[in-house]
Amino acid sequence: MKLLDFFRKQPASAPQARERLQILLAHERAGRDGAADFLPQLQRELLEVVKKYIAVDDDKVQVQLDRNDDVATLEVNVEIPETLPHKRSA
Amino acid sequence: MSKIVVMTSGKGGVGKTTSSAAFAAGLALRGYKTVVVDFDVGLRNLDLVMGCERRVVFDFINVINGEAKLSQALIKDKRVDNLYILPTSQTRDKDALNTSGVGEALDRLKEQFDYIVCDSPAGIERGAVMALYYADEAVIVTNPEVSSVRDSDRILGVLQSKSRRAEEDLEPVKEHLLLTRYDLDRVERGEMLAIDDVLEILSIQLLGVIPEDQSVLRASNLGQPVILDNQSMPGQAYGDAVSRFLGDEVPHRFIKREKKGLFGRVFRRSA
Repeated sequence: MKLLDFFRKQPASAPQARERLQILLAHERAGRDGAADFLPQLQRELLEVVKKYIAVDDDKVQVQLDRNDDVATLEVNVEIPETLPHKRSA
Repeated sequence: MSKIVVMTSGKGGVGKTTSSAAFAAGLALRGYKTVVVDFDVGLRNLDLVMGCERRVVFDFINVINGEAKLSQALIKDKRVDNLYILPTSQTRDKDALNTSGVGEALDRLKEQFDYIVCDSPAGIERGAVMALYYADEAVIVTNPEVSSVRDSDRILGVLQSKSRRAEEDLEPVKEHLLLTRYDLDRVERGEMLAIDDVLEILSIQLLGVIPEDQSVLRASNLGQPVILDNQSMPGQAYGDAVSRFLGDEVPHRFIKREKKGLFGRVFRRSA
């Protein structure tokens, strides 16, 4: 079996494991004081702000976080109804 | 009719998460819409094993607390159609799980999925009990080693007394044994419990035997369910186990020494 492995040697996987862990743990350690949990709160507050101006359903404001090696992108999606039902000013 | 399957063991480090990932991917590969749910709140690792750790935004606990919709927390696997991952929270603890919250979330998953695979945390406390509470079937992940067998027996007792099916006096949770990290060399040298020893002690149905192999570590290094490596023995053994789970009769492989290895066959053919 050892001999066979030698001939069909696959690329080492440990470097990938190391890299994945380093990236992940850097994020987790940064957020250990609870900061990583801000997304639901952020979404709620964004929704409240949007609702002050536009009548949208609760599920029409979405936040999406995408992490890459160097940058993390926070994407905020607000789906606005086709006919803008403006809130009447009092 | 969707089914809830729990991967449980009592003992830690026996291969619950590896098996959950492989099993869920296997079910999805057979065309069943499958979600694998991480119940190990605070120590999440399913996302790493599935290679989607950088795509986690919302999690199971956010869903239970109504902070996110299910569709926001579900992560679609990029390799296998029909496969979704529901990660758990890394910052909360097991107290975030309660029977009604978990039940509601699972009910909603049932509307969308054929199979819901619950990756249980180790232990017999809240997290483990929540993971098995709603199960229809249980896969007991066991290593051929004394403490693992003992803990498996213990978790079988929990299944038979603390699951919803037990509490409501319904048909009991169906139990399957998945023997992992089976080292044939050591069994043959008499250093490790053999399959029959474990079966005799636990007396539950054998679903599969996963041989100890370097491909499992490789798969987790890469964040790929090992079942996708169909060249590897564990990959094939998990595939067989999924077939058996779905009712096929498949002979067990990798549990006996091959009479002739590759070279043996080559030489015989040329002779």
